[in-house]
Amino acid sequence: MAGFLQQIIEGLGAGAIYASLALALVLIYQFTGIVNFAQGEMAMFSTYIAWQFVAGGMPFWLALVLTLAVSFAGGMLIERVLIRPVEGAHELTVVIVSVGLFIFVNAAAGWIWTFLIKDFPNPFPGGAIEAGGLTVGFSTLGILAVVGVVMGLLYLLFQHTKIGLGMRAVATNPESARLVGIRVGWTLALGWGLAATVGAVSGILVAPLLFLEPNMMGGVLIYAFAAATLGGFDSPAGAVAGGLIVGVAETLAGAYVGFIGSDLKIGVPLVIILGVLLVRPQGLFGRAAVERV
Amino acid sequence: MSGPTEVTDKPAPAAAPARGGVLARVTGAGWRRPAVAVLLVLACYAPFQLVPFRVFQLTMVLVYAVALLGLNLLVGHAGQISLGHGAFMAVGAYGAAIMLDRWDVPHLVTLPVAAGLAFVLGLGLGLPAVRLRGLYLALVTLAIAIFLVPLLKRFESVTGGSMGLTLPKPAPPAWTGLAEDQWLYFLALAVTVAAFLLAHGLLRSRVGRALHAVRDNETAAEVMGVRLPFYKRLAFAWSAMFAGAAGCVYTWVIGFVSPDSFAVTLSITLLAGLVVGGLGSFAGPLLGGLFVMFVPSISQDINDAAPGVIFGLLIIVVMYVAPTGLAGLAGRLARSTKRILRKE
Amino acid sequence: MRLSAIGCTAMTAAMLLAAAACGGRQEAQTGSTTAAGQCQGQQTTGITDTSIKLGGIYPLSGPASAYGDIPKGIKAYFDYVNAEKNGIGGRKVEFVVRDDGYQPPKAVEEARRLVEQEQVFALFQTLGTPSTTATWDYANQRKVPQIFVATGASKWGTDTAHPWTIGWQPNYVSEARVYAQYLKQERPDAKVAVLYQNDDFGKDLFGGFQRAIDGSRIKVVAEQSYEVTDPSIDPQMRNLAESEADVFLNITTPKFGSQALAADAKNTGWNPLHIVNNVAASITVLKPVGFKNVQGIVSATYYKDPNDPQWKSDPEMMLYYAKMKQYAPGADPTIPYHTFGWAVASSFHKAMESVKCPTREGLRDAVRALDNVQVGMLLPGVTMTTGADDGFPIESMQLMRFKGERWELFGEVIDTRKEFGPLTN
Repeated sequence: MAGFLQQIIEGLGAGAIYASLALALVLIYQFTGIVNFAQGEMAMFSTYIAWQFVAGGMPFWLALVLTLAVSFAGGMLIERVLIRPVEGAHELTVVIVSVGLFIFVNAAAGWIWTFLIKDFPNPFPGGAIEAGGLTVGFSTLGILAVVGVVMGLLYLLFQHTKIGLGMRAVATNPESARLVGIRVGWTLALGWGLAATVGAVSGILVAPLLFLEPNMMGGVLIYAFAAATLGGFDSPAGAVAGGLIVGVAETLAGAYVGFIGSDLKIGVPLVIILGVLLVRPQGLFGRAAVERV
Repeated sequence: MSGPTEVTDKPAPAAAPARGGVLARVTGAGWRRPAVAVLLVLACYAPFQLVPFRVFQLTMVLVYAVALLGLNLLVGHAGQISLGHGAFMAVGAYGAAIMLDRWDVPHLVTLPVAAGLAFVLGLGLGLPAVRLRGLYLALVTLAIAIFLVPLLKRFESVTGGSMGLTLPKPAPPAWTGLAEDQWLYFLALAVTVAAFLLAHGLLRSRVGRALHAVRDNETAAEVMGVRLPFYKRLAFAWSAMFAGAAGCVYTWVIGFVSPDSFAVTLSITLLAGLVVGGLGSFAGPLLGGLFVMFVPSISQDINDAAPGVIFGLLIIVVMYVAPTGLAGLAGRLARSTKRILRKE
Repeated sequence: MRLSAIGCTAMTAAMLLAAAACGGRQEAQTGSTTAAGQCQGQQTTGITDTSIKLGGIYPLSGPASAYGDIPKGIKAYFDYVNAEKNGIGGRKVEFVVRDDGYQPPKAVEEARRLVEQEQVFALFQTLGTPSTTATWDYANQRKVPQIFVATGASKWGTDTAHPWTIGWQPNYVSEARVYAQYLKQERPDAKVAVLYQNDDFGKDLFGGFQRAIDGSRIKVVAEQSYEVTDPSIDPQMRNLAESEADVFLNITTPKFGSQALAADAKNTGWNPLHIVNNVAASITVLKPVGFKNVQGIVSATYYKDPNDPQWKSDPEMMLYYAKMKQYAPGADPTIPYHTFGWAVASSFHKAMESVKCPTREGLRDAVRALDNVQVGMLLPGVTMTTGADDGFPIESMQLMRFKGERWELFGEVIDTRKEFGPLTN
C-alpha cells in the first residue's frame, strides 16, 4: 500500500510539471484561441536566460525576478512583432507561425548555449519529508506549491481585477470589447506576456530535475497538451487537474501494468483523454461552447 | 498517363479555403488545362535530363505531395485539423514494408493494400473525429502520432523494432531501359497523378460538396440534411488513405523504414508544409512538397551552424508574405499581373 | 486571358524544371574518373594529386543536434593538416558537411547529393544507425567508400554484403562484453538492473550484455526502457530501485544519463554499483550532476577525454587544444564530440596514408587492412586493426572509475576480440 501511495506522490510530482506548462498553454488559448506550439521552447529559452544570469554571478532569486520580467517583455514583443501581422488570417496560419517559432527558438538556443546539458540550481532544498513509510521530496512539494500559487494568482487576476475583466471581454468577444473601449491589441499582447511568464516559471521549476538543454521542454510540451486537453483548454484549474491526473495515471500504469511497461506508458494519458473527450468533448472542466448560428 | 485530358474546365470546387477566399474567383479554365499539360510533359521529361540525385529529390517531393493532398482533403476541404498524418504515412509505409519483408509480394500489390489499411484505420479513428472539433481533434491525432512510435518498437517480431526493416526497391523492368531512380520516379509520378485525379473526382462529387458545406458552416450543413458524422468520418478515412499511399511509395523509394522516421515532427512538418503551400487548392500540396523537400537544405546553405534558425524564420516569413499559403500568393500574383496587363 | 493559381504555379515549376534540366544527365556521368597505371580502372572521383573531397552527414538540426559538434572537430583537424602539413600526402582535404536532421530519407538525399553533385571521393562518417542503414545500400551500389560511420551498431562489421561500409568506434556489443567481463570478475553473482534507450543503440548494447552474461551466474533482474521523447526517466528509475539489484547498468544518451545518475544519487536507499555506458560517460554529463554524487561509478572508454587532467601534458591533447583554438575559434574544445571528431579525422589520415592506390577501391581495401595503427587521440594501447574477416577498427576499451574530479583508468586495455573471440551475428 505504501508503495502504491508513493507512486501516486511521484505521479503528482511529475503531474505538477506538466500542469505548470499547461497553464501557460491555456492562458494563450483563452486569449487568442490558438495553441502555441512554441510555448515550451519559449519557457526553455527563458530558463537559459535565468541560467545566464546565475552563471554571471547573480543571486538566484534576483535572477528569477529579472527572468520573469524579461520573459513578460519578450512574450509581448513576440505578440507584437510575430503574431500581430497574421492576426486576421486563418487560425492555422497563426498555429504554423508558432511552429516556425518553435523551430527557430530551439535552434537559436542550441546555437547560443550549445547542446551540452547545463546544471540549473534548485530553488528548493534537496531533502524530503518522511512519514509513515512515504517520502515526499521538498522539490515535489515546492513545485506543487508554486503551481498552486500561480493558478491562484491567475484566478485573482481574471476574476478580481479590471485588467482581468478586460481580458475576459476580449476572449469572449473581441469586437464588442473593442467597441466598449478596451484596447484589444494590448490586451492580447498582455496575454502573451503573461503566458511567457508562466512558461518561464515552468521552465525554471523543471530545469533542476530534467537538466537544462535545448530539447528540455519538448517531451513536457506533449504531456502539457494532454493535460490541457483533459482539463479543458479554457480552464486554468482544469489544466492543473489535468496535469496531475496525467502524471498519476502514467506513473501508475508504468509501475503496475506489466504489459504496458515503461515504453508504452505514454499511451495511458492518451487513452484517458480519448475517453474523456468522447464523453465530454470540451474536456473535464471546460465549458461547452454555445454558438449562435 | 492520361492526366491532362481528364481535367475538365469546370470550376474547381476545391478552389477556395473558407477564409482565404483568394482562389474563389480564380476559376479560369483557359490557362489551367495547358498549364497542367505542360507541367506533366515536363514532369515526364525531367528525369531524363536531371542527375539521379535531383530525380530522387523530385520523387520525394511527389511522395510528400500525395501525403499533403490527403491532409488537404481533411484540413483544407473539411476544415478538420490533423496533427497525426505522419502516423498514417507510417501505417502505409510499414504495411508495405511488412508485406515485402514477410511474404515477398510484388511491389505494386503493396500499394492498394497499404492504402486500404490506412483507409480502414482512418475510418476507425474517424469515430472520435465525428465528435471532436478543431483543436481537440488536432490533439487527439497528435496523440496517435506520438503513440505509434513506441507501439512500432514494441512489436519487434513484425516491425523489426527500433532497428527498422531494410527492403528491396522495385527494380525497373528491362524493357523500359530506365535506371532505378527514374523508374522509382515514374512510379511515384503515376501514384501522384492517380491521387490527384481521385481527389479531384471526390471533390466534384456530392461528397465534396458536403465536405465544403461542413467546413463553411457545420450547423447550416446539418440543417440542410448533410449527414455530418458520416461525411466527417469519410473525409478522415480518405485523407488517411492518401497518406497511406504516400507512405507505401516512401517505402519503395527509401527501401528502409524505422519507427523514428515517423516521429511527431513528421506530422507537424506535413501540416506546416500544407499551410505554407496553401490550404484548399490543388497547387498547395505540390508547393508544400517542394517546401518540405527543399527549404531545409536551403536553410543549411544560408546558415551552416544552425539551419533550424533559418528554417523557422522562413516558415514565419512565408506566413507573413502569404497568409493563405504559396498557392494563394501565386493566385495573387496572377491577378496583379493581369491588372497590369489590362492597364497597358 | 485569365490566369490561375495552378497555371501560375505550373509555369514557375516548368521554368524551374527547364532550368534544372539544362544540367543534363550525361554530364554527371562524365564527372567520374578512373585511374591509369597499376591501379588501372579504379575510381578516382573526388581525388587528385593535390586534393581529396570528403562528405559527411550529421544532424545539425532537430533533436539530435548535439552530435553536430563532431564535424567541427573534424574540420579543425583537416584545416590544421591542410595549412601546416600540406594535407594528407600532399592532398588538401575538403570536407563537405550536410544536415539530415537524423531523418533517414533526408540522409539518403544528402548522400546522393554528396556523391552525385559534390562528387566526393568518399562518405566520411554518416551519423546514427538509422541514417547509415538507409544509405549503405546506395553507397555500396555506387561503390563509394562509406568510412568510419559514427555509430556503434555491430552490423557494420559483421555484415558481408556491404564491403564499402565500415565503422570506427568500438561497437556496442563489444562494449557490453567489457562490462560483462568486469562483472564476472568482480561480482560473479551480480543482480543487474538495466535502463536502456528504446532504440537501435540501447537494444544493441543491452542485447550484447545479455548474450555476454549467458551461462554465468549474473542475472538481469529488472529492465526499463525510455523513449528519447520522454521528459524524464524518474519513473523508470523508481521501478528499477524496487528490484534491489546490486548493479545498475545505465545505457543512455547524455541528457538521460545525467538524469539517471542524479536519480541514483538521490535515492539513498539503493546504492548499486553504477556502470554508465561510454556515450554518457563524458565529464560534461557528470559535472551537472555534481562530482560528489558520481564517485565510484564505472565505465569504459577508448579515446582521451579533453576534460581529464591526466592528459593535460599529453602531446596530442596539447596539439588538439592549440589547433582547436586556432582553426575552430568559436568551438569549445572541452566538448568531447569535438575530440571524437579530431580522433576520427586523424584515424582517416592514418588510413589514407596507408592506401596503395589513391582510389576508392584503394581506400576500401586500406581500411580493411589496418594493422595496429596508432592514433594519438586514442588511449595508449588502443589501436586500429582490421582484416578480411574483421570489420571493426577499434575493439579495445579500458575500464575506468570516477574518483575526485576525473576518471581513473584501471586494469589492462581489454581487446574484446582476443578476450571473447570475433563478433558474429
